[in-house]
Amino acid sequence: MASSAHTSPNHPYIPSTDSERAEMLGAIGVDSLDALLEDIPAQHRHPKLNLAAGLSEQELSTVFGSIAAENASPSSGYISFLGAGSYSHYIPSTVRSILQRGEFVTAYTPYQPEAAQGTLQVGFEFQTIVCQLTEMEVANAGMYDGPTAFAEACLMAARVTKRTKIGVLSSTDKRLSDTLLAYSKYQGIEIVEVAADATDIPDDLACIGIQSPNFFGEIEDVQRLTKLAHDNGALSVVHVNPTALGMFKAPGEFDVDIVTAEGQPLGVPMAFGGPYVGLFACKKAHIRQMPGRIIGRTTDTKGRTGYALTLQTREQHIRRERATSNICTSTQLIGLMVTVYAATLGKQGMKDLASLCYQKAHYAAAEINKLDGYSVKSSGTFFHEFVVTCPSAPPKINEALLKKKIIGGLDISDRSESGMLVCVTETSSKADIDRFVKALSEIGVSA
Amino acid sequence: MTISINAGGVDRRLLMDRSVTGRKAFTLPASDVPTQNLPDSSLLRDDVELPEVSQLEVIRYFSVLSQLNFSIDTNFYPLGSCTMKYNPKINDELSNLPGLANIHPLQPDVTVQGAIRLLKNLQDDLGEITGLSGVSLAPLAGAQGEYAGLLIARAYHDARSDSARTVAIVPDSAHGTNPASAAMAGLEVVTVRSDDQGNVDVENLRELANSNTAVFMLTIPSTLGLFEPNILEITKIVHDAGGLVYADGANLNALLGVVKLGDLGVDICHSNLHKTFSTPHGGGGPGSGPVMVTNELAKFLPKPVAVKTDVGYVLATPEMSVGSINGFHGSFSIAARAYAYIKALGQEGLRSVSENAIISANYIQAKLRDKYDLAADRYCMHETVLSAARQKKRGVAGLDIAKRLLDFGIHAPTMYFPMIVDEALMVEPTESESKETLDHFIAVMRQIDDEVDSAPELLHDAPHDLPVTRLDEATAARKPVLRWSAEV
Ligand SMILES: Cc1ncc(COP(=O)(O)O)c(C=O)c1O
Repeated sequence: MASSAHTSPNHPYIPSTDSERAEMLGAIGVDSLDALLEDIPAQHRHPKLNLAAGLSEQELSTVFGSIAAENASPSSGYISFLGAGSYSHYIPSTVRSILQRGEFVTAYTPYQPEAAQGTLQVGFEFQTIVCQLTEMEVANAGMYDGPTAFAEACLMAARVTKRTKIGVLSSTDKRLSDTLLAYSKYQGIEIVEVAADATDIPDDLACIGIQSPNFFGEIEDVQRLTKLAHDNGALSVVHVNPTALGMFKAPGEFDVDIVTAEGQPLGVPMAFGGPYVGLFACKKAHIRQMPGRIIGRTTDTKGRTGYALTLQTREQHIRRERATSNICTSTQLIGLMVTVYAATLGKQGMKDLASLCYQKAHYAAAEINKLDGYSVKSSGTFFHEFVVTCPSAPPKINEALLKKKIIGGLDISDRSESGMLVCVTETSSKADIDRFVKALSEIGVSA
Repeated sequence: MTISINAGGVDRRLLMDRSVTGRKAFTLPASDVPTQNLPDSSLLRDDVELPEVSQLEVIRYFSVLSQLNFSIDTNFYPLGSCTMKYNPKINDELSNLPGLANIHPLQPDVTVQGAIRLLKNLQDDLGEITGLSGVSLAPLAGAQGEYAGLLIARAYHDARSDSARTVAIVPDSAHGTNPASAAMAGLEVVTVRSDDQGNVDVENLRELANSNTAVFMLTIPSTLGLFEPNILEITKIVHDAGGLVYADGANLNALLGVVKLGDLGVDICHSNLHKTFSTPHGGGGPGSGPVMVTNELAKFLPKPVAVKTDVGYVLATPEMSVGSINGFHGSFSIAARAYAYIKALGQEGLRSVSENAIISANYIQAKLRDKYDLAADRYCMHETVLSAARQKKRGVAGLDIAKRLLDFGIHAPTMYFPMIVDEALMVEPTESESKETLDHFIAVMRQIDDEVDSAPELLHDAPHDLPVTRLDEATAARKPVLRWSAEV
């Protein structure tokens, strides 16, 4: 008989025993599982599943040990100078420790607020931290990641202004504009590029989407660009790096309308690209056009403070095809990591961290700039990323670096001739930087 | 001065209200490089107003907050459509191995062969389980998987110069993300009715499917927890009209080794790894919503797709890809957990997951049907949708029953969804729960039904013993307070 409900051996994840299953089937009033499956076309029931047999926990650990060993990481002796949207930062023990709390990890979205005050209060703290960092009025409880937050922010600007043309500054990461393209493709939206030094923009733009520090690591003149947007009836959407906000002026100071960021630098492992969390903040006036979950403070029937999901009429489960976004499951747990991280670093820590990244990156840039054949291509102020113009093709240089257990910067020769985008954070020691500089010098034109 | 005690003695002051100037929880190392010039001070900010608290305060604050939650680790959580199963601890541990957690998404492929191999193997396994062999792990949650699937459907029609297909047919029982995703994909949503058995009204579908149909979005099993008996006829109607069939696979926990969606004529589906494949829900994410398609549609998948070549594993962009729907390669460490889950269960174990999930749901249904109405009077799959219509007539709403369950330490079922069922209470026990737990739940539900008559105020005022009683959500929405501020 194909149906094997009574023969499969028990698994640690499945408690029911054969006799309990038989008892339950009896209570249901059937004598086999198949009697419950009659709606499924018989010819397609119980197909062959060509998968390996299950593994014990110990065997599984061995399998994963070998997978992990095939990757080059700091634990296998590599140093890396990659950034471009994902950043290496030290993660404090407090973040890892709180992430062990199963009460946070294994809860669902807080649909029953009385049974989810932990998740909800953390979400409220998260919104507060996003507002404090960006100096914006309101924030949501998080988006999938930075690029989707940016894409949704531009679409929100289109709703707010009732315009359909979105401007994106030319210095923006393609990962942001590509995601925007995929998100807006069938919504009658046109995306146009705005030159970083533009003094004039079309008068029908919904927004200017700005990244600062931009893809090349440099601080944009957010104040000027925001004014330019406003003078033309457009909003300004600014995508920031949250680490840089420990040092550089916050977008809220410049009358920016919507701010987004990749939250990963704030205590989240790089993990080959995810999961991360998108930060999303805006002016209070636009709140009803904001996508995503929002947590609000209220009181219970006894007058005690509590928290609950709020402004839900924007969302898909109520508004369906007229919702501000389709987002449902988001990134609450990553938001928890960001919240614990920000609470741990605190006021002084965020400042010190930004300064450390700045100092190290600028030291590295100065040293590289001294090398024959290499030059740092920087026109303004950069934070912890900068473009190096290399004496030979960056992929060749990276190949040679790799032999020395160095993962070089990102090859951006498609956007800057012979360009390599180098990132230096607090996780690189002076010795690491010096090793990188020496290796670059040795490789030079020979690559 | 009297010391006031908050619920359960819990100090719920916010971080900023605990802040004391000069206190710290962390020290950064001193700079080891020569001092560099700072930029113009006009670019710099003075301070970031973040809390100043000690390290112990950080740990105690968040630990205490965690204890205010219900969770799978601590409670039975029969939240329908959400598949709140056991989240194996080994999966968290393995996904946090330094060789997986500390790799950069833009590292050269040769330096991340293990990671790409993992993605490729998971793609293959999901393709085998669903019978749809083209797989991209890029989508970051179910809704993004839906959106990716709809982009694929549109790209397919566009490629055939059949671009007038701008309608998504969606059942009235569908989850809200279905119509929301369809709207994002520029599709007009047309609703197909369910019949009195909870099935798609096939005659209604026949009337609606035509040369404008881009896609039919069907949740399988449906949000009523039912398998669609006319599935083969339905997929044929849609295909005959030139449309594609999209399956919302949020309920895949019923189908592992039971039936393959691809065998039924489904062209595209997504699966929620944070449901069927045991990855923790995290209080609202992160998730992962891989999209699976037929061979024919694989060239449209969002990037990246892991591929095995002569020179090793690479992350590739399909020939006619719908593009990047997010920053990098999807939720990698969630994918790692799901892969660990599939490896741990294997072929037999996965089959057993669905079989046990189905038996448990039917057992609950059988034991409660004399007290609660059923959305449909037939065997269910992995979840059963009850209706509190009878209790409503006796003066107590589904909401009250849901809240009363919390008093017993049981998380509420999904309420008021699907919207076509009056006073819906959607119960999904999952295969993780023992018969004792199911029996306890059944006994509690029966007692609550008694209380509807004997002590209705217990239900109206529930929950009683949680950190808060019912919250004033109307005021929360009318006068939103969304962040700490010095004044509030
Ligand atoms: C039937 C159904 N479809 C789609 C979704 C959306 O999935 P997600 O929340 O991961 O975006 C869910 C769950 O929330 C669901 O239950």
